[in-house]
Amino acid sequence: MINGISINMYLMLSTILFIIGAVGVMARRNTIILFMCIELMLNAVNLLMVAFSTLHNDSNGQVFVFFIMAVAAAEVAVGLAILSMIYRNIKSIDTDLLTKLKN
Amino acid sequence: MVVFSRNPVNSVLYLVLTFFCIAGHYLIMNAQFLAVVHIAVYAGAIMVLFLFVIMLMNLNQESEPQKSPLLKLIAGVAGGLFLFVMVGALKGTEQINLTQYGHSDIGLVSNLGKVLFKEFLFPFEIVSVLLLSALVGAIMLGKKEIK
Repeated sequence: MINGISINMYLMLSTILFIIGAVGVMARRNTIILFMCIELMLNAVNLLMVAFSTLHNDSNGQVFVFFIMAVAAAEVAVGLAILSMIYRNIKSIDTDLLTKLKN
Repeated sequence: MVVFSRNPVNSVLYLVLTFFCIAGHYLIMNAQFLAVVHIAVYAGAIMVLFLFVIMLMNLNQESEPQKSPLLKLIAGVAGGLFLFVMVGALKGTEQINLTQYGHSDIGLVSNLGKVLFKEFLFPFEIVSVLLLSALVGAIMLGKKEIK
């Protein structure tokens, strides 16, 4: 095993991943890329949770990561279904065109 | 790379690369089963779903509308400030070496299964109901208009 990895490095890595995801959500208009950035943020949290689970030698964090993965899978399935329905209606997935709830 | 590539297909491929890197980190931290599940779920299922939707919508051209440069600049500045605050907050924390606490069989299937089915049985059932409802909801949303 590799020695010398401190928890701070994982804190930094997770923070950087989360910020890349957040900037992506703020800066892009493509809805699919928005979903991918949400996945990136969830993965940052997962990584940090596994890191602390290893640090404290406790399995509960890894079980929580399972639950987060299940929730992410459900969210992506429903989100992409909604997205395909929106695309069928307005022929675009631009977020700035989705300003009306009624047609 | 995920954020800044114009083509969504390239973005998906970079995201798969990122997920493999995260799975490697899980392996380093002795979470073997979680690494395998991560690759199977994310790189296998979710990314294939993304690619399928992109191909279905025929979005792999580069003519995607962009936000105005001002908004991009604002997003970059906000992200940079957030990074600055987080790094400043985390810089003074204590350096704890991760692997000297590592105990090698915590991430194996048997231990995780014991914890999952002893202490987290009720959330496990709730997650199964959630997945079922997401399945039904996705099918309902995905099919054509109900006459």
